Amino acid sequence: MLLTIKGLQKSFGELAVLKDIDLNIGKGKVVTIMGPSGSGKTTLLRCLNGLEIPGQGHFQFHDDFSLDFNQKLRKSEMLQLRRKSGMVFQSYNLFPHKTALENVIEGPVIVQKKDKQTATNEAERLLEKVGLQDKMDLFPHQLSGGQQQRVGIARALAIEPELMLFDEPTSALDPELIGEVLGVIKDLANEGWTMVVVTHEVSFAKHVSDHLIFMDGGYIVEQGDPKEVLEQPKEPRTKQFLNRILPEV
Amino acid sequence: MVEGAIKYTIPLALVSFVLGVILALITAVMRLSPVAIVRAPAVFYVSAVRGTPLLVQLFIVFYGLPTIGLTIDPLPSAVIAFSLNVGAYASEVIRASISSIPKGQWEAGYTVGMTYATTLRRIILPQATRVSVPPLSNTFISLVKDTSLASLILVTELFRKAQEIAANTFDFLLLYTEAAVLYWIICFLLSIVQELIERRLERYIAK
Ligand SMILES: Nc1ncnc2c1ncn2[C@@H]1O[C@H](COP(=O)(O)OP(=O)(O)OP(=O)(O)O)[C@@H](O)[C@H]1O
Ligand SMILES: [Mg+2]
Repeated sequence: MLLTIKGLQKSFGELAVLKDIDLNIGKGKVVTIMGPSGSGKTTLLRCLNGLEIPGQGHFQFHDDFSLDFNQKLRKSEMLQLRRKSGMVFQSYNLFPHKTALENVIEGPVIVQKKDKQTATNEAERLLEKVGLQDKMDLFPHQLSGGQQQRVGIARALAIEPELMLFDEPTSALDPELIGEVLGVIKDLANEGWTMVVVTHEVSFAKHVSDHLIFMDGGYIVEQGDPKEVLEQPKEPRTKQFLNRILPEV
Repeated sequence: MVEGAIKYTIPLALVSFVLGVILALITAVMRLSPVAIVRAPAVFYVSAVRGTPLLVQLFIVFYGLPTIGLTIDPLPSAVIAFSLNVGAYASEVIRASISSIPKGQWEAGYTVGMTYATTLRRIILPQATRVSVPPLSNTFISLVKDTSLASLILVTELFRKAQEIAANTFDFLLLYTEAAVLYWIICFLLSIVQELIERRLERYIAK
């Protein structure tokens, strides 16, 4: 297991958003998370990335790095957690004052203190991988949504995280642009990246991911092999939700 | 008069502005701190400066401090008072500019591994700068005009020169109009510089 999560809880004030999450993320596996709006999917990803500090729970990484949220954590530990994963946002959140290439080298050069030339070479390779070799010097506002999101993916990959997190990476995109972004994520899966993807793209979940998690009301309601969960859901809440997003079923 | 402008008005405005903006940046960052003890002095400073007339501040520094044994020459006194004044006003501008940058930009900085300070410096401030150029230019232009108050603490700047000449020739209308035109020219040139800076910073913004 790359990461074992036990008893994860997160509240905003009175509102309990994650109630008791246990989850194993295997190395090289792709985990898809589905669930209705407000079920806590984004919050879960943000906890994995240290953007939110969980109230309770325990993370155990494969390399002996572990965090116990029942105790007060040091800043350096949160920073270490953050640097384990790369995050791709629904709304891209590219740095608007930097070109595509500059967006990608920012982490390696500023955080990892890599030599600028080395970082540039690597960034060029990553941008090529996501199909943007001829857009490297454009600013985000000069790119389409799909292109911006691919820069977002390259930027997250550039810090060489152990875990890639995607929060509805295609839901802000026009339908004809969804394919190009999912294609990139699929390539990463084939390369063996460990990924957690929040998405409602059923065919992606079915054909690319190894494990599907269905969340509702801050709990993992059902999980398992994506085909099985999607085709023969056991829980009524899963059925109900799938009926809504799969009109043809 | 032109001599007064070149020797005093312009340098006085420029130096006070630069020092004031540095002070403003520190104050703005303090005011955005989650820690109350860090915020408090910044809040106090801004409130005190904005709540009192600039002329009174100038008099406290130049005429007030000597009574407790702290005598400062006219020009440094003016620089101190104007910098403190600009610092308070500009800190509000900078604070608002920083707050106007979407939260997603902070988070994007954090997710590539940056700390708060690095995100502020590399991601937030460059974007906030663009937002704050027009209001900071206003502050600067006001400051240029406010430097005429320094005539009251014996700095021989543009307006003081006009007064001195007028005292001999009694050509009040002509001389004070000339002074006004000189201020206007300086401010007009400044607004051109502002436009150039804005255009340069606008490169990455969708038209
Ligand atoms: N910073 C916050 N402060 C207070 N409440 C929050 C905060 N962030 C999220 N919430 C609440 O937590 C709940 C779960 O939010 P979350 O964004 O994790 O849901 P989600 O499953 O990602 O939903 P969606 O599909 O709409 O993106 C919601 O009720 C939301 O209002
Ligand atoms: Mg969400």
